[in-house]
Amino acid sequence: MLKIDNLSVHYGGIHALQGISLEVPEGKIVTLIGANGAGKSTTLKSIVGLVKPSAGSITWNGEPLITKGTKNIVESGIVLVPEGRRVFANLTVDENLSLGAYARNDKKAIESDRERVFTLFPRLKDRMKQKAGTLSGGEQQMLAVGRAMMTKPKVLMMDEPSLGLAPLVVKDIFTIIKEINAEGTTILLVEQNAKAALEAAHFGYVLETGRITMSGEGKKLLADDGVRKAYLGEAQ
Amino acid sequence: MKTRNNILTLGALVVFAMLLGLADRTVGNYAMRILNLSAIYIVLALSLNLVNGFTGLFSLGSAGFMAVGAYVSAILTMSPDVKDMNFFLEPLAPWLQGLTLPFGIALIAGGICAALAGLIIGLPVLRLRDDYLGIATLGFSEIIRVVITNLQSWTNGAQGLKSIPKVSTTWVVWGVALLAILFMSRLVHSSYGRQLKAVRDDEIAAEAMGVNVFRVKVVSFTLSAFIAGVGGALLGHMITTIDPKMFSFMLTFNILLIVVLGGSGSITGSVIASIAVTVLMEAMRFLDEPLNFLFLKTDGLPGLRMVVFSVLLMIVVIFRQRGLMGEREFSWEGLARAAGLMPRSKKGGLA
Repeated sequence: MLKIDNLSVHYGGIHALQGISLEVPEGKIVTLIGANGAGKSTTLKSIVGLVKPSAGSITWNGEPLITKGTKNIVESGIVLVPEGRRVFANLTVDENLSLGAYARNDKKAIESDRERVFTLFPRLKDRMKQKAGTLSGGEQQMLAVGRAMMTKPKVLMMDEPSLGLAPLVVKDIFTIIKEINAEGTTILLVEQNAKAALEAAHFGYVLETGRITMSGEGKKLLADDGVRKAYLGEAQ
Repeated sequence: MKTRNNILTLGALVVFAMLLGLADRTVGNYAMRILNLSAIYIVLALSLNLVNGFTGLFSLGSAGFMAVGAYVSAILTMSPDVKDMNFFLEPLAPWLQGLTLPFGIALIAGGICAALAGLIIGLPVLRLRDDYLGIATLGFSEIIRVVITNLQSWTNGAQGLKSIPKVSTTWVVWGVALLAILFMSRLVHSSYGRQLKAVRDDEIAAEAMGVNVFRVKVVSFTLSAFIAGVGGALLGHMITTIDPKMFSFMLTFNILLIVVLGGSGSITGSVIASIAVTVLMEAMRFLDEPLNFLFLKTDGLPGLRMVVFSVLLMIVVIFRQRGLMGEREFSWEGLARAAGLMPRSKKGGLA
């Protein structure tokens, strides 16, 4: 279980996270929803060590993560698909996937994971030798997820996977997220598309300006009046 | 396929070596010197391409690293007599006075000292990005030049060093150039090379995959400094005279020009552009002399050569924004396709 306890992050004078606590149980999909600047991305970045928290703790199965470097965190099975896809544009699809396996040495398992990515995303196999920058937005998002899968994650964290994608592609992405989860990977999802995220998630947290204001099962949050008004754009 | 390509490459190397041997005997000193200068420029362009093209660090420090390599190796290869002759204002530090090493060792020592300089400057400076990094490395290069000018008892200051043994022969410079090409092509296709390119394309994503971005940058920068140092050492032992003014920003600029012209991120591009620029700069010398060509008559306009050269450059940059080769590399398959021997594959272009 991934556990965050009383986590605070400062960016200069800005108190971006003001003591948040949350839990991501193994095998579940957990989502973190909230408006721009609520601290969603910051939470994910501090889990993988890209941002240094000022207080609080992050533990993975009881083991503290804050003092570990990103490479060690990735090796212990937690990986982030960063916001805005961020594929390596001038590398081929295949090379992008190889970089995902950067921290690993088990050649055989890497090859079978590559095959698994290609079964999940057949489009990527067709475009194996193509430069990632020439892919469409949806394909790039698939590559970003595929690249993260190559680290053999136990927890896959995704920052806004639906950002800037056509509705049909968003649907595909969420189907795949559920598929990956069904195969046993824990998922922590950050989304502005609250409806899609809450529908897919077992459990959800609502983040507002650095504080968690609400939490509960995905379906329950989806039915909650406050959430509906604030994030699903429904009139009273 | 792979063995066939290796045989072709080996064959091409043998043919090239034979041509080089033939040229060495027939074409005379002047032409040979230009040819050898291109080899040195290949080494230097690859060094800059490693940081600028493959790692995406905008570095302008080449001349500084070259100066370190050139001075260290020159002081190590000069005989005590020559040192006496050079250091007439202030004597050289005594332990260096009697020290004379074989060229090979001096070459590597020059590279290592340049790499150390690269490491020392890289650790603080590589935290900067883009143009800030460019300015910091440029500043470093100028500092080296000023330090060399003022370290009278170590470098002979502004007088420079003369009568350096002329040991950068055709075989030495082209041997080193081939080694550099081989090293670079192995590097960029290795998993380490992929990391360099990942850092260039997206630092945050590379970091999120667990790549230690800062370390990758420092290693790439240090390696590049080593190669530049070796290039500087070769240059010193070819011209046989070095002085601080030689290592000004113009030198870095020339190398940068070659890298951009060839295509940053392409080894093939750097090699072609190194030879093309070096040869063209010499071949166009006639433009500076009195001309009588059809309707065009001049009585010697010094600098016309640079005008024509700059226009050529602009044409290349306008029509091929990413340089002659872009990011592509030479491959036997690509050559066969270009010659029409093999059908173009439906997917990619040149490999």
